[in-house]
Amino acid sequence: MLIDALLLQLGYNATLVAIGATLLGISAGVTGTFLFLRKRALVSDAISHATLPGVCIAFLIMASFGGDGRNLIGLLFGSAASASAGLWCLNWLTRNTRLAEDAAIGSVLSVFFGFGIVLLTVIQTLGVGRQAGLEGFLLGSTAGMLWADAMVIAVGGAVTLLLILLIRRPMTLVAFDPEYAAARGLPVSKIDMAMMGLVMAVTVVGLKIVGLILIVALLIIPAVTARFWTERSDYVVLLAGLAGGLSAYIGAAMSASAPNLPTGPIIVLVSFALFLFSLLFAPNRGVLAAVLRHFRFQRRVHLRQGLLALAQGQPIYEKLTLRLLRNGGLVRADGVATDKGKARAAKALRDERRWAVVRSDQAHEAAAALYDGLRQIESVLTQDQITEIDRQIGGPKEVLA
Amino acid sequence: MLDLACSDGQVKQSQASENSPLAIQGLTVSYGQKPAVFSVDMTVEAGKMTAIIGPNGAGKSTMLKAALGIVPPVSGQIQVFGKPLDAQRARIAYVPQRASVDWDFPTRVIDVVLMGLYRELGLLGRLRGDHKAKAMDCLDRVGMGDFATRQIGQLSGGQQQRVFLARALAQGADLYLLDEPFAGVDAATEKAIIGVLKSLREAGKTVVVVHHDLATVADYFDNVFLINTRKVAEGTVAEAFTAETLQAAYGGRLATAQVDQLALALG
Repeated sequence: MLIDALLLQLGYNATLVAIGATLLGISAGVTGTFLFLRKRALVSDAISHATLPGVCIAFLIMASFGGDGRNLIGLLFGSAASASAGLWCLNWLTRNTRLAEDAAIGSVLSVFFGFGIVLLTVIQTLGVGRQAGLEGFLLGSTAGMLWADAMVIAVGGAVTLLLILLIRRPMTLVAFDPEYAAARGLPVSKIDMAMMGLVMAVTVVGLKIVGLILIVALLIIPAVTARFWTERSDYVVLLAGLAGGLSAYIGAAMSASAPNLPTGPIIVLVSFALFLFSLLFAPNRGVLAAVLRHFRFQRRVHLRQGLLALAQGQPIYEKLTLRLLRNGGLVRADGVATDKGKARAAKALRDERRWAVVRSDQAHEAAAALYDGLRQIESVLTQDQITEIDRQIGGPKEVLA
Repeated sequence: MLDLACSDGQVKQSQASENSPLAIQGLTVSYGQKPAVFSVDMTVEAGKMTAIIGPNGAGKSTMLKAALGIVPPVSGQIQVFGKPLDAQRARIAYVPQRASVDWDFPTRVIDVVLMGLYRELGLLGRLRGDHKAKAMDCLDRVGMGDFATRQIGQLSGGQQQRVFLARALAQGADLYLLDEPFAGVDAATEKAIIGVLKSLREAGKTVVVVHHDLATVADYFDNVFLINTRKVAEGTVAEAFTAETLQAAYGGRLATAQVDQLALALG
């Protein structure tokens, strides 16, 4: 069943949902990355919750004019309008009051969402304009998705991506160093506004699939996931798009493969699974890598200290050190150094003196920055450089009279 | 040159300030109701190195930020090379305090320097080999060429500061404004930075530095601007950096012995 779903073999609606969700996932991942880099991830939560009153008001207006209250374009325009109002309130509060941004987000989010829920309840008791399904905007509902709905998502997502391509450089510059950006004459607050506008566009477009409560997950989790794998912001953007698209695609397929699995929440869970995998297994920033690194580091420290102790004829008491030396065939069972051990110990002592020269010489600064007391000096300097350093240290020479 | 009388900012622009790299008139900047900089005039001399000094909280950094339009002033005019600031952005390079950014940001050393080429690259311009060569050249000038592909989080404080300077160099500006570039850096970095700044001066550029170390002022700089919310003194080191002006700027914060010692060092 899941294979069929992944290969888009589960019928028209499931295919439509899968394609729509994937496009949404890509654009949400890419857009969300800039929000994440700017450290304003939670603003998206305020924006998304602020869409609800707009959806309801748009529905009421369209229904009272005798139209179809559920016209998607109309509802999305309504949601965009109230999200803008929410964003404006948020900016006003942070700029003109002593409220910090987190407190302002909490206030805007809850007030707009509460107002939206009131309107939603009122609409349900009114019984006008085929209101059934309006609550689907809360958590997304893909059951009755139409071709036109998918097109709205496709076009919205594509336009968002295009705009991001256009302003990615200023957005990155502002995210890294807003003061420098301002000094260069970049309109920092306008760039921030453009970024928020893009987030709003993704939110509005994604209402139908993941709903307003969970869209924040699709904006932020892919960016956080991608950050584990790379140290370059442009790669974070690409990987986040990939992670977002992939989790949306798999999530949509999974929900289509069994009855009663809600699409939006499943997508969020899949993207969480990707996040968890990255958190644990990413090569540099992952938890497992950090633990392994620590153990390896500890063993290398012990081995090094053991060798230096051997070279200077000091006794070794530490059990781990002795075990490592014995396992490496560097000392005999009774703790006396083997020939191999003596050679390695002499080399370790020599390297200590070489490093001392490297670290005191400004010309070797880049190499010195890699010094951690353990690194092989051959891994940072060429043989010629080492020879030159040895010349500076001087070998055993005759004592001058 | 003690200038304790504060001008009202309405004074007619003097002849000297007309073509000054940076001329500030009647600048007041305030956080809330408390002014950080009050009615300050400053005329930077072209082709010279000027230090802005004063006690903590005297408004040194704030004045620099207001001169660049980063912080909105309450009042005052800024002229850069005789024209309004916005017309001259391309001629100014700014080096912010290094604590002002998050060094865990996912970017490499060379990418930070390439930010200096933002204007040349534009929105969609392709990053070419000559852009990278230029960035590498700037990194070499601050002695950071070997660090190009390292993640910025791996740098020491002094190295971070030099990367910021390399980014400013990449702009190829005529006026360099640096905010505390020597704060908390190692001796090697201080030497590298002052070397680069002096070479800029030799090339006819103008350098303005917010500085905190009184002991090196006479060594490094041609001119001095003393501030403590209001302007205290302005002029060459010999004119404006005296025991008298320092006492006026720092008040009780500088021990008399320190002042005497400095005065002695200044001859």
